[in-house]
Amino acid sequence: MHNLIVSNTALALTGVFVLFALWIGYKQDLGIAKSLIVATIRCVVQLFIVGYVLKYVFKIDNWLLTICLILIIIFNGAYNAKGRSNGLKDSFKISLTAIVTSTIVILLVLVLDGSVKFIPSQIIPLTGMIVSNSMVAMGLCFRTMSSMFKDRRSQVMEMLALGATPMMASKNIIRDSIKTGLQPTIDTAKTVGLVALPGMMSGMIFAGADPVLAIKYQIMVTFMLLGITSISSIIGCYMGYKSFFNRYAQLIK
Amino acid sequence: MGQLETKKLCYDVGQTKIIKDINFSVDKADIVTITGPSGSGKSTFAKLLASLLTPTSGAVYFEGKNIKEYDSVSYRRQVSYAVQQPTLFGDTVRENLEFPYMICKKSFDEQHAIKALQTVDLGAGDLDRQVTSLSGGEKQRIALLRNVMFVPKVLILDEVTTGLDNASKDSVHKMIDYFNTKHQVTVIMITHDDEEIKLAKHLYDITDGEMKEVRGDA
Repeated sequence: MHNLIVSNTALALTGVFVLFALWIGYKQDLGIAKSLIVATIRCVVQLFIVGYVLKYVFKIDNWLLTICLILIIIFNGAYNAKGRSNGLKDSFKISLTAIVTSTIVILLVLVLDGSVKFIPSQIIPLTGMIVSNSMVAMGLCFRTMSSMFKDRRSQVMEMLALGATPMMASKNIIRDSIKTGLQPTIDTAKTVGLVALPGMMSGMIFAGADPVLAIKYQIMVTFMLLGITSISSIIGCYMGYKSFFNRYAQLIK
Repeated sequence: MGQLETKKLCYDVGQTKIIKDINFSVDKADIVTITGPSGSGKSTFAKLLASLLTPTSGAVYFEGKNIKEYDSVSYRRQVSYAVQQPTLFGDTVRENLEFPYMICKKSFDEQHAIKALQTVDLGAGDLDRQVTSLSGGEKQRIALLRNVMFVPKVLILDEVTTGLDNASKDSVHKMIDYFNTKHQVTVIMITHDDEEIKLAKHLYDITDGEMKEVRGDA
């Protein structure tokens, strides 16, 4: 950790980049000043709170507290995924199911195979990664599904009219939405290391870890992300498509 | 009691009444024609009959039972609805004719599909044609065949001949006659076509959501 020296003065000076973004927004008349300032303040406040909370939780090293924190992350993720759902019915329930399932599956595999230990300093950052990726994948799935049900409304209705079940009539939409949910992770996996050094790997190298060890962890994380987005997208889409139909198997949105 | 009936059928969108108190009845193997100005509620009425919309009030009865009592999917396999501008699924004619088999979880009967193609003046050579190479009339005929691969009891045709050339129209009429006479399929035909209106034995008019019998047995 000796390589990491970020003084408060240095940190404050990096704020000049925010001023630069504000200046560009003003010059180009982008109307982003308010959201940029809010985002900056939220980023600083949230990270400081999280930093101090994590410091405390890591120090205490209590399994119950760790689980509480995991649950908070999961609920927050599901709530945010709901916000990205374009008003999809039951989106919180669906997001929660997908996030809980992917978190349990991934954590179980990683803990049982010994890749990570069930200690707060490993489990909590990992849960954050799982939930945020699951949340992004589901947001993409929900949005894609909503726009596809709108664009392909007549096709879905024709299939229903021919006697297809809602599931059969939605099959192509579900498939395309899952693909959309997975695409960013697949694209990132293709270019990892070539275009950008991912956050975890960079963080480990910054902290002085052996780059070979860092890439091993990064490979693990990449595989994990593929698993998370697959599980979340599949659960999200297969549960989500039902929201577009009523109990008489009629298209309602 | 008719095979398919509506009693005091109403359908509203917000405060707007699209369908107003329609009482309608069609007997088995009958052919009924419904006409009326654009936007008068004909397609909405057809969708209500096909259980693709739920009435605001009133009900649709099929063979004496409120259609709410049927499983919607199995009902639609008996009361089949075809639209004016259909979307063909997949890439080839085959994929479209396979669709009804796929949803019924049955294996595709190619000989039956070829026979069906012949009823609309197409043939075995068309089975593997790309849907992009089909004319408007051919697309409509293929789309209609999807509705009759497994013969339904009622066929609701929503302006299926609109915009078709005479040859395609004749093929569609021939197909309707074939299924009506040979398989006793009840046909409810929504149309703007003057010739079809002229030839209709049972003609109804829907204007501003209200239905009137124009020509019939009564």
